[in-house]
Amino acid sequence: MKNWKMPILLGLAVLSLAVVAAGQTGKATAAAKAVSMNASGASFPEFIYKKWFSDYKNSHPGIEINYQGGGSGQGIKDLTAGSVDFAASDRPLTDAELAAAKQPLYFPTVLGAVVVAYNLPSVKQPLKMTPEVVAGIFLLKITKWNDPKIAELNKGVKLPDDDITVVHRTDGSGTTFVFTEYLAKVSPEWKAGPGTGQTVKWPGGLGQAQNPGVAGAIKQNPGTVGYVEMTYVLDPKSRGNMAMAAIKNASGEFVTASVASATLAGSAAQDFPTSITNSPIKGAYPISTFTYLLIPSKIADPDKKAALAGFLKWMLVEGQKTAPELFYAPLPKPVLAKDQAQLAKLQ
Amino acid sequence: MAHLVTLVFASSVLLVTVLLVWVLWSTSGLTRAKFGFHFFAGTNWDPVAGDFGALPFIWGTVLTSVLALIISVPLGVGAAIFLAELAPARLSDACTFLVELLAAVPSVIYGLLAIFTLVPLMHSYVDPFLKKTLGFLPLFQGPAYGGGYLTAGVILAVMTFPFIISISREALMEVPRDQREAALALGATKWESTIQVVVPFARLGILGSIFLGLARALGETMAVTMVIGNDPNIHLSLLAPGYTMASLIANEFAEANDALHLSALVEIALVLFLITIVINALARLLVIATRGKGTAHSA
Amino acid sequence: MNRLMYRKAVNYVMLTATGLCSLLTVSILFVILGYLVYNGGKSIDWDFLTKLPLPPGQDGGGMANAIVGSALMVGVGALLGLPVGFMGGVYLAEFAGKTLGFVVRYMADLLNGVPSIVIGIFAWSAIVVPMHSFSALAGGFALSMMIVPITVRSTEQFLLNVPRALREGALALGAPKWKVIATVVVPAASKGILTGMILGVARVAGETAPLLFTALNNDFWPNGLNQPTAALPVMIYKHAISPFDDWHRQAWAAGLVLLTMVLATNIAARWIMGRGISAQKG
Repeated sequence: MKNWKMPILLGLAVLSLAVVAAGQTGKATAAAKAVSMNASGASFPEFIYKKWFSDYKNSHPGIEINYQGGGSGQGIKDLTAGSVDFAASDRPLTDAELAAAKQPLYFPTVLGAVVVAYNLPSVKQPLKMTPEVVAGIFLLKITKWNDPKIAELNKGVKLPDDDITVVHRTDGSGTTFVFTEYLAKVSPEWKAGPGTGQTVKWPGGLGQAQNPGVAGAIKQNPGTVGYVEMTYVLDPKSRGNMAMAAIKNASGEFVTASVASATLAGSAAQDFPTSITNSPIKGAYPISTFTYLLIPSKIADPDKKAALAGFLKWMLVEGQKTAPELFYAPLPKPVLAKDQAQLAKLQ
Repeated sequence: MAHLVTLVFASSVLLVTVLLVWVLWSTSGLTRAKFGFHFFAGTNWDPVAGDFGALPFIWGTVLTSVLALIISVPLGVGAAIFLAELAPARLSDACTFLVELLAAVPSVIYGLLAIFTLVPLMHSYVDPFLKKTLGFLPLFQGPAYGGGYLTAGVILAVMTFPFIISISREALMEVPRDQREAALALGATKWESTIQVVVPFARLGILGSIFLGLARALGETMAVTMVIGNDPNIHLSLLAPGYTMASLIANEFAEANDALHLSALVEIALVLFLITIVINALARLLVIATRGKGTAHSA
Repeated sequence: MNRLMYRKAVNYVMLTATGLCSLLTVSILFVILGYLVYNGGKSIDWDFLTKLPLPPGQDGGGMANAIVGSALMVGVGALLGLPVGFMGGVYLAEFAGKTLGFVVRYMADLLNGVPSIVIGIFAWSAIVVPMHSFSALAGGFALSMMIVPITVRSTEQFLLNVPRALREGALALGAPKWKVIATVVVPAASKGILTGMILGVARVAGETAPLLFTALNNDFWPNGLNQPTAALPVMIYKHAISPFDDWHRQAWAAGLVLLTMVLATNIAARWIMGRGISAQKG
């Protein structure tokens, strides 16, 4: 028992060294004219944003942008409170929110699509759904996978006699906003009931945090259905057993979400922020949306401003090229042009 | 001089606790004023409309904790009896050591295990079995995805075992030998001596351990959040998803933007705080009472 | 005769049942360890311990920043909490009068029983709000609030265990009270006090809830106490609920690292403290 003091002191020494080392790593990166920024917000584009920030850091060492996708609601809150340098949101802000956040600028980044993702390992073909069926499922009116309303759209597909378990978001989400906005447009019952919002009163089902959380819940649990950004179903790294439904759009065709169908949905947009759900364009996926970075119009720190302006410039050219690799659609030309013109407004 | 220095540090403990209560009380002022006691009876949690009711979360918290106790008390007290009365001393010490290590396992690791092992197990085997055999009860009806109240109860039961076993075992071992020997001398079997004499003698300590386990279960956040399903509605079925007070705060606090929503969440925290304080206090009283009882009797 | 056989049967059955209860509860620990060692063991590699996380969807990378971040915040928590807890314990054992002693003890117990998520709310209110940012400091502060009550009670307990004779002997030799405490009483109780501190620190190392909205998270190395910082338990949570198989793999690895650290500390502490209760009862 005499030797017990040494290990304890050694442990304490290691701990203090770790603390000191952690402090030093910060200083080391600071030496190379480094800028370090924090951002938070939408988990919808998190996939591509993290890749962009990582690629940008590789080509511009020293510029570290830490993005945490806590949901559009959290992004807006953090921007208003001043705890982040910029934010991201899939939904437009209300006038009150814009005023509270000191009139940030919208910078659209990519187009994406909200898909109805489900986990039915026994069903090999993708299911077709009409807007009414989608609303019925999320209103908990359609409760079994082999319900006649689903079966009649998918003749020849053997649907299991299992309960449908809906998965939705627990946090304030731009993805929820876009999805419910679409449902409110196509279903009067939805509009009168849960309505549109970053959070709504869901009739039931499971909740999980952020897009990855919902995707994970669907992937882990057979018989579930939820709404997530299409990249989580299209990317083989996250797909697992998940599949997405082909939804009947406003011009009557069943459209599967893809970079192409999302691009079509956004092709008529001239200005932003704007809603492109339930688009009448042929071949357009009906639950598509732009997603935006919210940049403060006045940035006090000149280094941060320069870094941010540099990143945005890069994003609008190089970033757009890499978007389709991760199943996001690049911005249509009119929107891109307006975006680039807006760079000058950064003070 | 030393007295003063240490007094300052000791009072900082006081200060921090008082500040904690003050922060909880004042930040929840908006909803306390708006809803009063109706907050606890309301079943609607609607941040958009500004309507907040805590009942679904109180229901979820109480239900999962009660389920946890229903599972862990018989198993835990049974194990404690074995370890205190039957097992040879070294085996008893070794097993207790291992069980107490369970208390050190972080909550998020329980959650990690639960997501990948317990939930699929419940979905594939336990839930269908329960629905088939006990499905006539509303307790076991409706869609069952694998998580929910029962699954959360199971994981909470595992987290409360160490408290119940460790403290009950101590309480049982405090019972003086002459009590046991008297019963055995009268012809009782070992089990009869245990269940009719020793356990009643130690009942306050055992009860205290149950309260301590309950207090831990009520405040548990991560493991529950990962398996309960996060559905803010009241369900009668144990297989349905639900929500607890701690999970609600964990999920919604980070982005509660408007003051009323924040106030509602903090009021839930206040309720949770008060409940765990009361249960903890009761637990400590019971455990102290046993210790006193034991020493008073020993020769 | 029938009655006796019945009673004996009941005896045998019930005692076996209690044995089974013990077996079940003890085996749970092995099940947990088994899963973590199996799933985590095949996932841990040098990359995991040394590299930063990669963007979602890319395999590989590691949680080195979370390991350092956790160490940083636990370090801050220990730095803030251990001295306060130690001094508070000394006060309770050596100086406290009846009422103030009771009040401080009660408050420490109260604080000990507060759910960690509620502590997180307090830390958010006290540090994040005035600072207008998430930070390692806020996370460390939340952890310190959990370390203090554990340390106070364990310090007090071990100081009280030191025999009065030791104190009175030193006082009789003319030493002032503070010197007696510092040079005689505390060293005599040092083994217990240190292990109490270690156990307290090990406990908070695994806490997730209080860090969720105080330290947030960070994809890069910790670069300042006033910046959001990654922590191992938070990473485990986020990775476990995500859909990426590679992130699940990393969550298991992180779980193994965390559990190993926590269990190793606990085992070491108990081994230092010596024999169990049964041996002392006799």
